Amino acid sequence: MRSKKSWIMALALTSVLALSACGNNGGNNTAANGGNAGASSAPTETSGAEVSGSILASGSTALQPLVEQVAEKFMEKNAGVDIQVQGGGSGTGLTQVAEKQVDIGNSDVFAEEKLKDADAEKAKALVDHQVAVVAIAAVAHPDAGVDNLTKQQLVDIFTGKITNWKEVGGADQKIQIINRPASSGTRATFEKFALGTKTEDLPGSIQEDSSGTVKKMIGETPGAIGYLALSYLDESVKTLNYDSVEPSVDNVVSGKYPVWAYEHMYTNGEPNATVKAFLDYFLTDEVQNGDVTELGYIPANKMQVSRDVEGTVTNK
Amino acid sequence: MRAQSSKSRIEKHHIEDLIGRSYMSFCVLLLIVSIVSMVYFVTSRGISTFAIDKVSFSDFFFGTNWSPEGDHPSFGALPFIAGSFITTLLAALIASPLSICAALFMTEIVPGWGKKLLQPVIELLSGIPSVVYGFVGLSVIVPFLRNVFPGQGIGVAAGALVLSVMILPTITSVAADALSALPQNLKESSFALGATRWQTIARVIIPTTLPAILTGVVLGMARAFGEALAVQMVIGNAPFIPTSLFESASTLTSVITLGMGNTTMGSPQNNALWSMALVLMLMTFLFVFIVRMLEKRRSI
Repeated sequence: MRSKKSWIMALALTSVLALSACGNNGGNNTAANGGNAGASSAPTETSGAEVSGSILASGSTALQPLVEQVAEKFMEKNAGVDIQVQGGGSGTGLTQVAEKQVDIGNSDVFAEEKLKDADAEKAKALVDHQVAVVAIAAVAHPDAGVDNLTKQQLVDIFTGKITNWKEVGGADQKIQIINRPASSGTRATFEKFALGTKTEDLPGSIQEDSSGTVKKMIGETPGAIGYLALSYLDESVKTLNYDSVEPSVDNVVSGKYPVWAYEHMYTNGEPNATVKAFLDYFLTDEVQNGDVTELGYIPANKMQVSRDVEGTVTNK
Repeated sequence: MRAQSSKSRIEKHHIEDLIGRSYMSFCVLLLIVSIVSMVYFVTSRGISTFAIDKVSFSDFFFGTNWSPEGDHPSFGALPFIAGSFITTLLAALIASPLSICAALFMTEIVPGWGKKLLQPVIELLSGIPSVVYGFVGLSVIVPFLRNVFPGQGIGVAAGALVLSVMILPTITSVAADALSALPQNLKESSFALGATRWQTIARVIIPTTLPAILTGVVLGMARAFGEALAVQMVIGNAPFIPTSLFESASTLTSVITLGMGNTTMGSPQNNALWSMALVLMLMTFLFVFIVRMLEKRRSI
């Protein structure tokens, strides 16, 4: 009897430990993208009481605050609609929408970039709704003594060829890279549009998954360099110009500053009436010039250029 | 009349008994089903790295190159396994002497106010969420290490220090329980033979309670091994085996938390993360097994 009891205790203990080990999926993953180009339907004001039903959205934690805030407003206008927004990361959002577990999958990257090879078929079924744009700037510790880096200089820094700030005209200070994890959407955007190449993790580099932590690390670590979404920039870090272009909202909108990406909300097939009404509401001026701007994203409908999954930029 | 009421009372007992028994059976069944399904889920996911993606065991467990996003993906998990073991062992090395001293202080040196003051404080430590530990580590320990030692402060040492504070309460409370459960006459006979307090502690109390104290250490190590968020914030997460205490490294848990949400279910990288979760689970089993062995030794 005693040993039986102790076995049950051991099993229970194991389960609790194992749960606590894997349950900690807390990374705050602020990322990069935004968008608009693909949305075909003209945004219209949705009037209340027309639609009802429930919507479940999950995915990108970078997009989550915006979707939550807009969902709140939409539910106020449409009493019959219940919207739940979950985080979990872009990969989770895309997986769940592809498997029809949720109505909307939020992602920082194009579905085709995450659902590759065996999953490529799944990506074809997904319909892209680009609701905002996020621009990313290279930032450095204020004492680095540099305020502009060329594309080549950035590539050399992030591939480990340049290891001291004095090589790019700054202080005599070792460069410390503060990176995002290899699977991060922000890192993918930065590598694709600022560096033009994927980079390997270097020994001694630091990876943090939350933009808040990245900013804190860059501000406190002498010689640090990293990259952050525009909404996170402030006095504690030095924002670097890219090829002499300032990372400002105006430069992003006009297409001068290239390091930006869409925030996507994917549906599996064409959305039903309720989901469509919600997505349309996202693209109204009220939301785009209100909530989107307020939370530090760039309105998708303001962009003067558009970009496809291959990265080809066209003027609108 | 009397017979009837006693009969109905008996029936009530029966009903209560039945309700209690079925509720408990239900709970136990639920527990067993959830444990079995969880173990099955983690195992099946974890094995698919080897079964579906054809990554070889030796590449995974002994490969040092982790680049799942590259053109030639490679899934060497050795740096993370090494990182987990190094931080866990270091944390146990730092925390164990402190915890054992705290437990001795509470039970042997100053059992009165020492226990009243120290115990709530130590119990408080175990209630603090790990993100707070991570943030304190990032704001206090990392700048301290950066100023005193070479490197950027972030790294194995910072991770081990944060973990050691987190496992302190586990070891202390298990050790204190064991010490206070020690039969009084053992100590009294030691004093009666003319032994000093120090001799009694070193020669009688510690040897007798050692298996129980070790149980606490192993439980603490199990906690340290599974801790994710706080370590992830301060260890740096570079996928390399650290060559110094002040170099950025990764643990199994930190890689899982960083990658899980950003990868799609079923992709090779996601499967590799599940394989690491499987390694974590097996390690937990091992820790529990060790605890059971220690307890068996104690009961003899």
